[in-house]
Amino acid sequence: MDISRLEKISDVEWRIAPSGEMRAPGVIYATESLIAEMDDKVLEQVVNVAKLPGIVRASYAMPDAHWGYGFPIGGVAAFDPKAGGVVSAGGVGFDVSCGVRTHLTGLARGQILAVQEELADALYEYVPTGLGAEGEICLDDIDMTAMLTGGAAWALERGFGRKEDLERIEECGRAVDADPSAVSEFARKRQRREMGTLGSGNHYLEVQEVSEIFDPAAAAGFGLELGECVVTIHCGSRGLGHQIGTEYLREMAVSAEGLGITLPDRELACAPINSELGQRYLGAMRAAINCALANREIIGHLARQVFARFFAHAELPLMYDVSHNTCKVERHEVDGEARDLYIHRKGATRALGPGHANLPEALRAFGQPVLIGGSMGTGSYVLAGTNASEARAFSSACHGAGRRMSRHAATRRWGGRQLVDELRARGIIVKSPSMRGVAEEAPGAYKDVRAVVDSAENSGLARKVAFLKPLICVKG
Amino acid sequence: MSAKAQATTAFRDWEHFPHDADLGVRGFGATPARAFEQTAYALMGAITDATRIKPCETVEIRCEAPTLDVLLVDWLNALVYEMAERRMVFGAFQVEIESGRLRGLARGERISRERHAPAVEVKGATFTELAVREDQPGRWRAQCVIDV
Repeated sequence: MDISRLEKISDVEWRIAPSGEMRAPGVIYATESLIAEMDDKVLEQVVNVAKLPGIVRASYAMPDAHWGYGFPIGGVAAFDPKAGGVVSAGGVGFDVSCGVRTHLTGLARGQILAVQEELADALYEYVPTGLGAEGEICLDDIDMTAMLTGGAAWALERGFGRKEDLERIEECGRAVDADPSAVSEFARKRQRREMGTLGSGNHYLEVQEVSEIFDPAAAAGFGLELGECVVTIHCGSRGLGHQIGTEYLREMAVSAEGLGITLPDRELACAPINSELGQRYLGAMRAAINCALANREIIGHLARQVFARFFAHAELPLMYDVSHNTCKVERHEVDGEARDLYIHRKGATRALGPGHANLPEALRAFGQPVLIGGSMGTGSYVLAGTNASEARAFSSACHGAGRRMSRHAATRRWGGRQLVDELRARGIIVKSPSMRGVAEEAPGAYKDVRAVVDSAENSGLARKVAFLKPLICVKG
Repeated sequence: MSAKAQATTAFRDWEHFPHDADLGVRGFGATPARAFEQTAYALMGAITDATRIKPCETVEIRCEAPTLDVLLVDWLNALVYEMAERRMVFGAFQVEIESGRLRGLARGERISRERHAPAVEVKGATFTELAVREDQPGRWRAQCVIDV
């Protein structure tokens, strides 16, 4: 990205002044070197989001921002229904409520290493992975409706997960005001056999070692101990979310003109929040959030079952579960006034600061855990929300390392088998149905996750708590 | 479906183009219908080597859209849906387009993790970099970015 087009506010904050049809400024939180790696399309997309009706304060890009479709991935924007604000299917994305959860194991690195190969095989065999994989669960229409309304709580009723998990999931595991009747038959059919499946692409299940702690008090509060291992799961709402994204994106793109909205890019397909289409999408999207929450709860349960075969006393309590493709109604203070805003986070994580009422009591003093998935070769981070984050970007932070190289370029540069061998030599076992898929997810295809989280910390979006180093990676 | 349509799908006239997180698919042909067929091969090429797919079963697809480019998104999304719902991969395509209506045939087989080693699962076709246009007389392109 051409940095000369940006106004420097600080080393990690850059502003694009409103011009032309922009209704608000653009703000990018990243260092100069991270911005230099971003495609010019990111700037174009930040500007385009700022043109949408009812946008409040600014169109934001997180440090891991990269070229998405419509919104940049790593984009955050708030819309006020009282000011003609919109809800955008493109601002949520195809994989509605894609997210990350981390379970604690209480097991030391040595205990995992003693069974590393067998554990990797068992996880790969037991958790349905990759295109075409089916779960054990087949939902009829009544079950489907119950799942779309109940989220993780539904999974619990069906015998997956534990009651104490719920308070460790955003919105206690269930998006209220979901409307299963706004979910098409196609979306329902596509999901019928996909509950408890990981998916593919950048989705994964990893066993990771807590190898560095930056904030001992928060780490202890989250249950993270140096040298102990955790299980982290990254996946979303599977076929149902993809179908909802597909259908509503098309409907919003085709209907925009009739709704009086001029779209700077068709991928920014949106509808007024206070419109029949806007409300219908919100109902369907919340149903997809529930699908994602139920899906991750089931996969967490499967991971527990596998661990129980190796470690009789490992209970794998849930540390936290966060989504990073959502639109949520949240109350935020804007110019001294509390307003209910529709916060779009597309490849961005909610990051509530310490003391927030929506956090479970055990975590409240430290701020919300923010789970940052890095590449399989580098590692992941646990951050915590800060009090400054609300003013920065409506309590939001980055969600991952962010790609610096296309899949296309990655497959030309690396071979999957070679990567698997190299990672094994470094003590990381990778299991995947596709060596090409591994090559596309090569560690070198991602930005430096350390630079991304340092930017997030230095810009006040979140603060570093711990670094997680992978030992086993099951790739979809 | 005409014999002519069947005859023109055997050669490769498609490519992928880069996108930061996802992937662009692009097909060429003498008509929009031929270009749509080639874009379908490009879509499958993102998942697996389409030449390894046996054409055991045929699925019929119909869609309708106000413009040719939206029709391309609908065609690709219909394929994505059929793959997901039927647990299939497709290796041969035929398309006819008339007055904004598409009738397509996709031939393939049930997916095998071992034999097809799918690299990605396509979530959907997007409006990003979407274009259906005649670059020169008798040379159509059909392209968009797919979310993977």
